[in-house]
Amino acid sequence: MRIGVITFPGSLDDRDAIRAVAIAGATPVALWHGEHDLQGVDAIILPGGFSYGDYLRAGAIASHAPIMAEVISAADRGVPVLGICNGFQMLAEARLVPGAHTRNAHQQFIRRDQRMRVENVRTDWTNQFTAGQEITIPLKNADGRFVADADTLARIEDNGQVVFRYIGVNPNGSLNDIAGVANERGNVVGLMPHPEHATEPGFGPDTELAMASGVDGLPFFESVIASFAAAV
Amino acid sequence: MPKAELLDPQGKAVAGALSRLGKTRFTGVRIGKRFEVTVDGEVDAALLAEVRELAVDMFSNSVIEDVVSVDVLDAAVTA
Amino acid sequence: MTTATPSPVAADTVANAAATPDREQPYAALGLKPEEYASIREILGRRPTSGELAMYSVMWSEHCSYKSSKPYLRQFGSKTTEKMRRNLMVGMGENAGVVDVGNGWAVTFKIESHNHPSYIEPFQGAATGVGGIVRDIISMGARPVAVMDALRFGDIDDPDTARVVHGVVSGISFYGNCLGLPNIGGETYFDSVYQANPLVNALAVGVLRHEDLHLANARGVGNKVVLFGARTGGDGIGGASILASDSFSEGGPTKRPAVQVGDPFAEKVLIECCLELFQQELVEGIQDLGAAGISCATSELASNGDGGMFIELENVLLRDPTLTAEEILMSESQERMMAIVRPEKLDGFLAVVTKWDVETSVLGEVTDTGRLIINWHGEEIVNVEPRTVAVDGPVYNRPVSYPTWIDALNADSASALARPTTPEELREQVFRLLGSANLADKRWITNQYDTYVLGNTALSFPDDGGMVRVDEESGLGFAVATDANGRYCQLDPYHGAQLALAEAFRNVAVTGATPVAVSDCLNFGSPENPEVMWQFSRAVEGLADGCMAMEIPVTGGNVSFYNQTGDVPIHPTPVVAVLGTIDDVAKRIPSGWQDDGNNIYLLGVTREELDGSAWAGVIHDHLGGTPPTVDLAAELRLADLIAAANEENIISSAHDLADGGLAQAVVESVLRFGVGARIWLGEIIERDGIDAATALFSESTGRVIVSVPREDDVKFRGLCEGRDYPALRIGVTDSQDTLEIQDVFTATIDELRAAHRSPLPERFGATIG
Repeated sequence: MRIGVITFPGSLDDRDAIRAVAIAGATPVALWHGEHDLQGVDAIILPGGFSYGDYLRAGAIASHAPIMAEVISAADRGVPVLGICNGFQMLAEARLVPGAHTRNAHQQFIRRDQRMRVENVRTDWTNQFTAGQEITIPLKNADGRFVADADTLARIEDNGQVVFRYIGVNPNGSLNDIAGVANERGNVVGLMPHPEHATEPGFGPDTELAMASGVDGLPFFESVIASFAAAV
Repeated sequence: MPKAELLDPQGKAVAGALSRLGKTRFTGVRIGKRFEVTVDGEVDAALLAEVRELAVDMFSNSVIEDVVSVDVLDAAVTA
Repeated sequence: MTTATPSPVAADTVANAAATPDREQPYAALGLKPEEYASIREILGRRPTSGELAMYSVMWSEHCSYKSSKPYLRQFGSKTTEKMRRNLMVGMGENAGVVDVGNGWAVTFKIESHNHPSYIEPFQGAATGVGGIVRDIISMGARPVAVMDALRFGDIDDPDTARVVHGVVSGISFYGNCLGLPNIGGETYFDSVYQANPLVNALAVGVLRHEDLHLANARGVGNKVVLFGARTGGDGIGGASILASDSFSEGGPTKRPAVQVGDPFAEKVLIECCLELFQQELVEGIQDLGAAGISCATSELASNGDGGMFIELENVLLRDPTLTAEEILMSESQERMMAIVRPEKLDGFLAVVTKWDVETSVLGEVTDTGRLIINWHGEEIVNVEPRTVAVDGPVYNRPVSYPTWIDALNADSASALARPTTPEELREQVFRLLGSANLADKRWITNQYDTYVLGNTALSFPDDGGMVRVDEESGLGFAVATDANGRYCQLDPYHGAQLALAEAFRNVAVTGATPVAVSDCLNFGSPENPEVMWQFSRAVEGLADGCMAMEIPVTGGNVSFYNQTGDVPIHPTPVVAVLGTIDDVAKRIPSGWQDDGNNIYLLGVTREELDGSAWAGVIHDHLGGTPPTVDLAAELRLADLIAAANEENIISSAHDLADGGLAQAVVESVLRFGVGARIWLGEIIERDGIDAATALFSESTGRVIVSVPREDDVKFRGLCEGRDYPALRIGVTDSQDTLEIQDVFTATIDELRAAHRSPLPERFGATIG
């Protein structure tokens, strides 16, 4: 399986997403924002970072990049798309997932190992989790507060489009503790925490067992590989 | 608005995005408590409509923001 | 904004300077002394043009020329051994030192101050400090991979401190996070001596393959001189407005921002762009533009190369079209680089910068004239020998005088202070220290920094040193730590500097890495104060002697003078950064306890050394006496012992003892992973002939606590005996959620954590832990 990772000017965690894809056993393909070619990849990751410095709104300028037209049409065809942090913000700006992001409620950038619950295990990116599973994934952002109007919130809650919910602490004031959402079809998923930073033992969050040994992010990538295998 | 002599990274990034989108009539963007988009020459109705469209599609996010007004200023006001 | 194209402002030409030799020039307002101005006239054989005056004034400033410190810094080169030079690929004098770390890999690192801008405008001052040091790393051909910061703020309870802390921390967070560089450590101290003069010392580390090493020089006659990156604006050129009003311009702007605004997105793009230029071999060399901007870059590139350069200054792309030639020469606009490019590679160069949307202009070319000639719209406004600007500036042997007050200070030992004796008093003082500004948990700061990005961070705060993997195949990596104790340095700058070195060395050793190189940032008061010069001279001598004794070279660094609050100089604060290497980061040693049932050993002996300690400062508001004994040979043996134990995989954690002594180290080891312990002091007290307070709070050096799995106990004891290093079993980790110091007190982990974590949020606002 070939998974594309798109680099935008200001993308920062693109190499980490590429590493995570390889660790999970798929073939990473580096894609460039300024092109219109997805190189026939089977799934797409929009990585974290501060594309264009997040100067307008987080993800806003990147959501108008040339390659995003291709991402939108691929998403409409059912190709799995994962937006991580800045990638989630791009998905929201491009209206591929509901909602929007504002400054963290406490007004600061925050980096922490964040606990969250997997609320929907039927998406292309979560089918290897168990329903209600609690996982710890690194979170690091300044504009991570998920917001949507009351009707939208009610709708996505009813539809099961809330895929991840913060537990323990709501780190940014997101409404309904929402950490990640999906489109209705479940092929497009966006979340603020960074699963790619919890895939390699020794470089992930601390666990009860050992320092930096957390790999709760691996099932994201294993899920999309499983989805692909099931579809072929 | 940021003082004219200060670097405005936000305006610079948006100006770059406009040129990549082929919107070449705009000569500059500055962002402070409002957006200022500059053009050479007169602002005609078509251009104003294009700016209104940009204000809705790019400068703001309708999930969280409203566009309040789009007005033409003369150069002397914005300098 | 205005879009009108201004007419070029006529500048003071070389011809005009020759024709009007007696014109008065505002050299004093630009910071030049009368004799320095006379010297410039002598070098040129005429009066300088206003452009030349601009260049000389910035390049001959203390900041750029090191005119007061140069005679002392030579020791870092002269006090070296063959072993120290062996792995040094690039030493002092370049943008950053480069060290061979094996397997064809090299690491470059440097620490630099951005103190004064960070007081005036803390957010942008600190942000641009990060940006500047990262550009130094890029110019060596390296990929920046980590940053860290040594910070000093005023009294934590002073009303102005929160302003500076918020600004500096969010500036570092904003810029570093947006660049995608993990912030892996550093240190933060609060002391009223830094009230109106905070210290912001930014460190960056880069990695490169040996063959990718580049030096910034202008070689090859006919090669193009190219400026790329952000446009040039009026940033940081307050002084140049004097020239503008003095020159022939009429109605030019006189008000320029002293503040430089950082654009981390532009810098991130610049990093990727430069690395691609190096990788495709499209550049001969790249020089970053920092202090003194184009003046510095052109004169340094020319000095380091074939000696000549011709520049057409009107080709500089401007953000503000009203800038005068002198202002362009002095501008400190950020995120700019200057490259030397072969003419046949210019098209390839332009293709890469276009890909990254980086604006570029060709300014001129390398010549063999031996002169740096700068034209402005066809008229020659600068014609100088570049070395006279960049290298052969004035050097001062400033008056040095022994500060007689130091005798009384040294005589005022902390041994006379009342010490706690009862369990209640000891407990109360342990908690007061734990919750004091300098020993408190700093996560309010560090949680605002990204540590994960790039996916190679093996250790970061609150561990003693930060560690990063360099090679994903082998696991090869580096560790780095910074230290400086200004209180010790106030008591004795010679030994204070060595204590900073010893602590940074130890902090690297306890991670499992082997220390190999030093970078320093020497923060002092005014060099025109003979007593400050004495402090400076002693600190440099102590550091150079210490590096010689430990056989690790100083590879570069920075001197920052004129740090004072009012007329009172700061404590001498020589921040020492030590870099170490580790062949596989999987062998890193955790700084805290993770398992119960491990034996806890204290390595080293505890002396009655409370002078200058955190205990004396926090409990008694006292600073006096002489700092702890320095025994660099013992530090080397200790580091070897830890390395040997780690090689045999018989220690499960190691943590350095420093500020706050054993009490603080034990609490930090508990809180790192939330594993409790039982500690007994009886044997330390008996062996070392000290009291309980000394055992807990003394800051004797050469000490580390390690935890050892039971099954490795005999082996570990044997190792310590074989190496004749004092080791005492002082406790055991356990599964209780408490820290028990036998016969003194028991505290729950929650109590300890609350005391340790609350001080910063209480002052600076609630945070999410």
